[in-house]
Amino acid sequence: MQPIRTRLAIAVVVFGALLLGALAFAPLVGSTPISLARVFDRSVPFADNLDAQIFFIARLPRVVAAALIGASLAAAGAVFQALLRNPLATPDTLGVSSGAALGAMLAITFHLDFSVSGLPTIPLASFAGSLCALGVVYALATGRRRGLSTTVLLLAGVTMTGFLSALTLFIQYLADFTATFRTVRWLMGSLDIGSYGPILTVLPMLIVAFGMFATLPRPLDLISLGADAAAARGVNVARAERSALISASLATGAAVSIGGPISFIGLVVPHLVRLFVGSDHRLVLPSSALFGAVFLIVCDLVARTAFAPIELPVGIITAVIGGPFFLWLLTRASR
Amino acid sequence: MLRAADVSFTYRRATGRARTGAMESAMTQAPGGRERHDDVLKHVFLEVDRGDLVGILGPNGSGKTTLLKLLGGVFPPASGSVTLDGRPLAGWSRREIARRIAFVPQETSTPFDFTVLDIVLMGRFPHLGTFALEGPEDLAIARRALEATGTAAFEGRAFSTLSGGEKQRVVVASALAQSPELLLLDEPTASLDIGHQIEVQTLLRRLNADGGVTMVLSTHDLNLAAALCRRLVLLKDGHVLATGRTEDVLTPDTVRELYHVNAEVAWHPRAGHLTVVPIGRS
Repeated sequence: MQPIRTRLAIAVVVFGALLLGALAFAPLVGSTPISLARVFDRSVPFADNLDAQIFFIARLPRVVAAALIGASLAAAGAVFQALLRNPLATPDTLGVSSGAALGAMLAITFHLDFSVSGLPTIPLASFAGSLCALGVVYALATGRRRGLSTTVLLLAGVTMTGFLSALTLFIQYLADFTATFRTVRWLMGSLDIGSYGPILTVLPMLIVAFGMFATLPRPLDLISLGADAAAARGVNVARAERSALISASLATGAAVSIGGPISFIGLVVPHLVRLFVGSDHRLVLPSSALFGAVFLIVCDLVARTAFAPIELPVGIITAVIGGPFFLWLLTRASR
Repeated sequence: MLRAADVSFTYRRATGRARTGAMESAMTQAPGGRERHDDVLKHVFLEVDRGDLVGILGPNGSGKTTLLKLLGGVFPPASGSVTLDGRPLAGWSRREIARRIAFVPQETSTPFDFTVLDIVLMGRFPHLGTFALEGPEDLAIARRALEATGTAAFEGRAFSTLSGGEKQRVVVASALAQSPELLLLDEPTASLDIGHQIEVQTLLRRLNADGGVTMVLSTHDLNLAAALCRRLVLLKDGHVLATGRTEDVLTPDTVRELYHVNAEVAWHPRAGHLTVVPIGRS
């Protein structure tokens, strides 16, 4: 086995190259064909360069949003799996995404306004929603002392999702017709984003979340062996768990507030990544973030082009891929 | 070296604390996942000298695991103090403690496919900074730990595919990779068949004799304690029934008092240690 340094370098270079490729290629595809050469043609000023304008103004925001959302949900999924010691724990299966969606819905429908130090209301409400949902599931898990069995965890997640979705529907029912139309698409998980605005609003949250993620890999490795083992190896388990919960909620909240509860990314991506890099979270976390970005960019590309000119909500694509994948994992896990 | 002075502990207190952090909650659970609110320690004194091999003996629920965790500074005693070389553990960070004391839990499992080497390298955690990666020196230490525990042959195998005895040896290797001065083991041979029991027993004796590792282990296996430990601490309902050299402490009387069992305790010339044969309920 190669030393960790080498393996980390290889993982970052390979998945980073995939991401760069996806970022450059995805905006080229669309109703108006453009070429990468002309986009970066320095001889034409930006104001006259139609290709560059389409690339950077019309299409890139959506691709960047897909990348950030994919990275956030995938990394959060990897964190949840280690924290709850369960390979089926993800933002969706735990009901955390539904919590985030409910928070955001409340803020949108009732025009809440409680921006804190410049951060806008909707992402904050979304973060609060995910933190609450996670708090309930986590209290269940630690209340049972030994962590949750897969069955209990999934039942808790299904119950949370059902409960929170009902609340979300209730709020929708109260809202007026146009707002409902907008939120229905958003709840399916869609990336209909035409500017950098939404990205910039959640950027501070994402920076904090990923900064915290960076301190977590080794404690998560050890926590996956059990809290006893982790504490005995020198992990401050209470602190590590707290920062894992907060950072994963921040990432989920930020992602859901832009793109809605796009499902299954947090499940599919970490598992795919582990096939290539193994289980060490120092490799799994950065690789999941990078590959999650690539994965959602590609899914969104399919959503935009498969039935062109109709654009599908990307959540449909990820669910179509993720559902069967989840069932396959479930049959493996229950063996 | 390590000293527990007048240490008391109750779980009710710990459950209250557990709400502030899951660490305590996971730590305070009894083996097997049952909660034991009666699992308390009362005014326990214990002294471990460098190079010693001490066994904590007692029936289920007598507080063995709790005492080990207090000795490892996993949680602080309700009253009394645990000191390492005269310094109370209460003031140390987890990381500082882990550089000197390693703890081997009764069972270790993970939902992920870590390799044996992965698991052993995790022992280097307390010696590395937050963002530091293991270097060649850490790898060399891990490999030595694998050698010492006879697990070098399967360093590339998935931990989850190993047998119980192999797993236990790998976890001991991981603890050794911490470069500790003191090794605490919670029922190291529970749930192992006798083949694997002997395997782990031989390993521990060799680490203590050749490697100079100071050890404290808990067990309810009287013969393991007799074979392995130089000194015994007998725990019953959270207080120390007797403590001293194994030959002095392990008698039919103490066995009867601990387990309500009549037993014959005799020197076995071929085994070279005391053996305990239970005869019947007293």
